[in-house]
Amino acid sequence: MSATVITITSGKGGVGKTTATANLGAALALAGQRVVVMDADIGLRNLDVVMGLENRIVYDLVDVVEGRCRLRQAMIRDKRLSELYLIPAAQTRDKTAVSPQDMISVCEQLRPDFDYVLVDSPAGIERGFQNAIAPADELLIVTTPEVSAVRDADRIVGLLEAEEKNTPRLIINRFKPDMARRGDMLGTSDVIEILAIDLLGIVPEDEVIIISTNRGTPAALDDKAQAGQAFRNIAQRIMGHDVPFMNLRDTSNIFDRLVSFIRQ
Amino acid sequence: MGAESAIRSMVSIKGRQDGLLVSLDEVQSWAAHISELETQLKDRQGFFAGARLALEVGGRSLSLEHIQDLQARLAQHDIRLWAVIGSSDSTRVAARHLNLATEISRPRSKATTPETKQLPPAGEEGDKLLYRTLRSGQKIRHPGHITIIGDVNPGAEIIAGGHVIVWGRLQGMVHAGAMGDESAVVCALVLSPTQLRIGGHIARSPEEKRKRKTRPEMASIVGGRIIAEPWDSKKRRKKQDS
Repeated sequence: MSATVITITSGKGGVGKTTATANLGAALALAGQRVVVMDADIGLRNLDVVMGLENRIVYDLVDVVEGRCRLRQAMIRDKRLSELYLIPAAQTRDKTAVSPQDMISVCEQLRPDFDYVLVDSPAGIERGFQNAIAPADELLIVTTPEVSAVRDADRIVGLLEAEEKNTPRLIINRFKPDMARRGDMLGTSDVIEILAIDLLGIVPEDEVIIISTNRGTPAALDDKAQAGQAFRNIAQRIMGHDVPFMNLRDTSNIFDRLVSFIRQ
Repeated sequence: MGAESAIRSMVSIKGRQDGLLVSLDEVQSWAAHISELETQLKDRQGFFAGARLALEVGGRSLSLEHIQDLQARLAQHDIRLWAVIGSSDSTRVAARHLNLATEISRPRSKATTPETKQLPPAGEEGDKLLYRTLRSGQKIRHPGHITIIGDVNPGAEIIAGGHVIVWGRLQGMVHAGAMGDESAVVCALVLSPTQLRIGGHIARSPEEKRKRKTRPEMASIVGGRIIAEPWDSKKRRKKQDS
């Protein structure tokens, strides 16, 4: 059994790459998969914080690459899920501390023992991005329904084509159904029309994400959270199961809907 | 006009698969060549920027300083000199000293005398056909016509010496007739480029949001302005008849 390496990237910052990585890692582990999540954002690490594992870091990815520790020593077991591990990034170095070849060799070492390795890419298209995509078998592009985020995602798709990577799949994050309905936000079809890649899932805007990020408990572990459910569904699709898209609840009240209906 | 064309003939710029090929005749002075080349480059700045250039000098003998000076001038136009082709030994030595190629791949016409015409008319260099989506950050530059089967997304750029035809949605930046041909046109199934240029003219798409339903359109220069019109074959036929 050899692990599938999936890199989560976006181009633009702040669209939810790290949140998606943490939640998909948790959701896959919840579904019984053996998972490693790796933070490739060296110098600006976040994934450990989102997963609530910051205080357990002893060694990091750069220590592994530079031979100061064994790979296993840098892997932090999640406090809730026994089959979920984190390899944190170094906070004190920068992207040049790791090469694309290093990333490939680290992932090669992980492949025999795991089902999935999720790599959290930094924003941008420079060295850090090149590092993150080097070992990837599959790629997930996270975007929000905003013109600027979609523009950057489009650039990333183009770059991945040039690298002759597999066609990436899309996650639309922070989606607000009521705003899209009113025409105040790009709809999912607008985003897909531009990017022309397969949609893997839509994650609704959800306050639970902010709360869970601050607490260090991925929302995917919350049964009631809508965003958590969305991530669990995406995890199922990654595993090859055919899960229908969620019917996103409209958070606006009946009056708002009536007004927007009349306006149309 | 006669004097003009005589001057034009001393420097010929051609687009090739591996970059630009500039040929100089052996009659005019080096200084005259340089100033003429710079004028031509300046005229078509947007088109040549980022290109690489091979220089063909015939039997003229160039010193290291000559070549270095040219390199610096070209660099200002964002053009990289990569080859100097000449029959004189001193030219070859100087070029090799600067790590430049002294031969270029494809067989050229045996005569080293430059052809008299300036930039080739669109179409002569062969047309370019792309069957894919052009995404943000991707740029296509070609001296002839460019046809794209697919969408041209916002943030992508097309620069053509001739016409541009997009069988899809055109939302990026497009420049037709980039070498000065004002008869060039831009056609697209959905024509809503961020910016549309033909020759030396520039037009923006209207700011207001487009209606969802769009028809194929063609943009061309009419009366000194860029005009986009729906493609209507009936009307067009009438126009041609009259």
